Amino acid sequence: MSLDAPSTNARYGSNAGQPLTRRDGVLKVTGRATYAADNHPDGMLYAVTAVSRIARGRVTSLDVEATKAHPGVVEVMTPASRPPLAHDPDEKMPPFGFRIEVLQDSTVRYANQPIALVIAETLEAATEGAALLNPQYDADEPRTGIDDGLRFDPPAVGVGGPPKAAFGDVEAGLAKAAQVLERDYVTPAQYHNAMEPHAVVAEWDGDHVMLDMPNQALAMSCASYATYFGIPPENVTIRSPFLGGGFGSKAIINGPQILAILAARALKRPVKLVLSRAQMYGPVGHRGGTWQKLRIGLNNDGQLTALHHKSISATSSFDDFLEPAANASTHLYASPALLSEHEGIRLDTGTPGPMRAPGEASGSAALEVAIDEAADACGMDPLDFRLHNYAETEPGSGRPFSSKALRECYAEGAKRFGWAGRPLASRQMRDKNGFLVGWGMGTALFPCPHFPAEARATLRADGTALVETAGADMGQGAWTALAQIAAEALGLDPEQVELHSGISTLPDGGIAGGSGHTASAGLALNNAGKDAIAQLSELATNDPASPLFGAGNIGVEARAGRLYRRDDETRSESYAEILARAGRREIVGTAKASRDPAAAEAHAMFSHGAVFAEVKVDPDLGQIRVTRLVGAFAAGRIINPRLVESQYFGGMIWGVSFALHEEAIIDHRTGRIMNADLAEYHVPINADIPSLEAILIPENDPFVNAIGVKGVGEIGITGTVGAIANAIWHATGVRVRKFPVRLEDIIG
Amino acid sequence: MSLSISLTINGQPRTIALDDPRVTLLDLLRERLDLTGTKKGCDRGQCGACTVLVDGRRINSCLSLVASLDGADVQTIEGLADGDALHPVQAAFIEADGFQCGYCTPGQIMSAVGLIKEGHASGDPERVRELMSGNICRCGAYQGITEAVLEAQKVMADKKGRNAA
Repeated sequence: MSLDAPSTNARYGSNAGQPLTRRDGVLKVTGRATYAADNHPDGMLYAVTAVSRIARGRVTSLDVEATKAHPGVVEVMTPASRPPLAHDPDEKMPPFGFRIEVLQDSTVRYANQPIALVIAETLEAATEGAALLNPQYDADEPRTGIDDGLRFDPPAVGVGGPPKAAFGDVEAGLAKAAQVLERDYVTPAQYHNAMEPHAVVAEWDGDHVMLDMPNQALAMSCASYATYFGIPPENVTIRSPFLGGGFGSKAIINGPQILAILAARALKRPVKLVLSRAQMYGPVGHRGGTWQKLRIGLNNDGQLTALHHKSISATSSFDDFLEPAANASTHLYASPALLSEHEGIRLDTGTPGPMRAPGEASGSAALEVAIDEAADACGMDPLDFRLHNYAETEPGSGRPFSSKALRECYAEGAKRFGWAGRPLASRQMRDKNGFLVGWGMGTALFPCPHFPAEARATLRADGTALVETAGADMGQGAWTALAQIAAEALGLDPEQVELHSGISTLPDGGIAGGSGHTASAGLALNNAGKDAIAQLSELATNDPASPLFGAGNIGVEARAGRLYRRDDETRSESYAEILARAGRREIVGTAKASRDPAAAEAHAMFSHGAVFAEVKVDPDLGQIRVTRLVGAFAAGRIINPRLVESQYFGGMIWGVSFALHEEAIIDHRTGRIMNADLAEYHVPINADIPSLEAILIPENDPFVNAIGVKGVGEIGITGTVGAIANAIWHATGVRVRKFPVRLEDIIG
Repeated sequence: MSLSISLTINGQPRTIALDDPRVTLLDLLRERLDLTGTKKGCDRGQCGACTVLVDGRRINSCLSLVASLDGADVQTIEGLADGDALHPVQAAFIEADGFQCGYCTPGQIMSAVGLIKEGHASGDPERVRELMSGNICRCGAYQGITEAVLEAQKVMADKKGRNAA
């Protein structure tokens, strides 16, 4: 992509579509961006959690005396001494609330569960104090494998999603098919592993509390914390200007943070808690494993007659978050009969949660391999097969898509990759070193959720603006893209727009999740900006001294810091002049924005894409390298192509990770994760990543929201996982249906 | 017990009264000297977020005990820019969008500065990727990181060439 080329999405006089560099760039490259654990209020204490080494049972003793005797240790919090909470932690708190482990009793429900909190004057003393607790256990047999756990029919999957979708008669469709494919796929438990461990610095002032913490959902979290501590929501302030990565793991309240806040209240001193890397494999969510089955009926023309996708999704023994994997099949390929369904399985692990593309990632991994297998079974090119089964309307519901430039993604991606001429059979290509070469592809798809959000836009006397909404910049580039959206609405250059964000006292910016933050907070900023401009127009057009007098509100246009008469470009006035004459210091526009429910009801709303992968496999050792990855994505209007390209790259790298690297490996005898660290839980490093290409396919969506923005944060994973697995088959002839794909699968 | 340790940090001589021999360089910087630009990602030398230069060499500050560093010269991310003028590596990271969340960025940048200084990188992107692989970026900004290192290296070589001429 050339960043110099004008975007086709640019509107006249607008900065949107321009590849501005990040507003927080200088802060982040100089070390001055402040993350939660960088705060250090006077008198601060350090808290360290002690965690369980067993996965099921109870703690029978803790040597609190030994810990208290260690120099510097101030307090030890155990189930016996933990101060009360105003909300029962075993009661779920809707909508995103989970049961949490906050020392309510001595029961152990998973390995790495907090069993005590040690508070000390220094980090070193707290760490050593926690190690001195010498916990004794009464251990029960852990249930961590698919054959061990209790199966159940879930009332919901994901966050309140339907566990089942059925259209048409799948069994009839399979019965009349010329051939039926039935395949099983396995995806492992994965852990978010944001670079920044979960942290909190809590400081109480009476019954008010200031929380520095990474947080993807400020307003919702304030309400939850308030409930736990029995104070009004406005008494909780969360500062979260930056997150060192969230990926879904920092949207939901977790136990260790609650304990640290409790300790700060009890000890009347600020407390800092930072989880260790190993402690992030337990109480702060993960992507639950899945065991998926796909049944695909195919007629003689290579069309689907039925598609059945079932996922057995793992959750904890005490709460429900089921990876909604099977739902990935309900929106993508045309089929007269569709059935997606889920079963739950209870394991002795921490409760899973949303992790980048929850459901779509695992579900797409299985679906895209199954579709590749179906194409092969029909003797068709995988791209032709997908085009042959292209859904013109949403499968099942028949609703039109609000926009769907997937054909363009296929075409442009295939062209750039050089897909044409790919041999149909596997094991046909070798490079000059004798490595097996394979090409594979996958379709990418992600929904466009929209969260209610609020914003304020203040036009100031000097003609500049301050815009405010409470969200965090967790790397998606929110500060930059949101300022661009606000600047467009206000008819200003982005440099004239100051953006305040990252603290809960500002208007609720919604949730930075579901790839919906730019659309949600962006729409609120757009509307607030337009509100301010409408008020300014009102002033000018009603003022006989203004050249705009009598034009009426809709008779003027805001551009480059001036209002212009639409019918006479020579008549205009600057914002500063209008405000000065009216004797106004500022004009404040506000907005509460959500999606138009009628548009949402009438349309299926998704971002789409196509990913093409090349792998090279050592024929003797089975070692797999991804050598090329091309993704083409259509996600509505692109506000900042530089940042969007980075989001796509990040998603595609998560796809590489899913396909080849990530897996929490559990010792089923102890129920403990054996690779709970960044050396053995593999994530891609720089040398694993080939040259990537992300193509931004223009797409105009008049329905998704008034600013035409879909989401880009998660879609890159979907499609990529399948593309890589399919390329591995194409290179080797070995079809691996268990992720991550390992070299022993190839040579075994 | 208190150990007296002399360090030069970002060009400033400092005498540290160390009350605890367990303190790592990373925790000294972050918790005791208010130099929080250096980040803790794993505390066991696996992620590279805590990379700083000690006597010009790249090290994981989480694995270094302060007590073993008496007399050392430490450079952190805070000491890289010259006032408001960014170091070429910092500027290149912004231009190439070599970061997203920014948490691994100080470590990535110090690693890049170290390897350019060591003269190991050359203009080969494959080699840069390999040499930058001690620094994990979970957001997946690797393409930008590699571009930034190559670009900064070029800028620094050009500048050196101009100064020599």
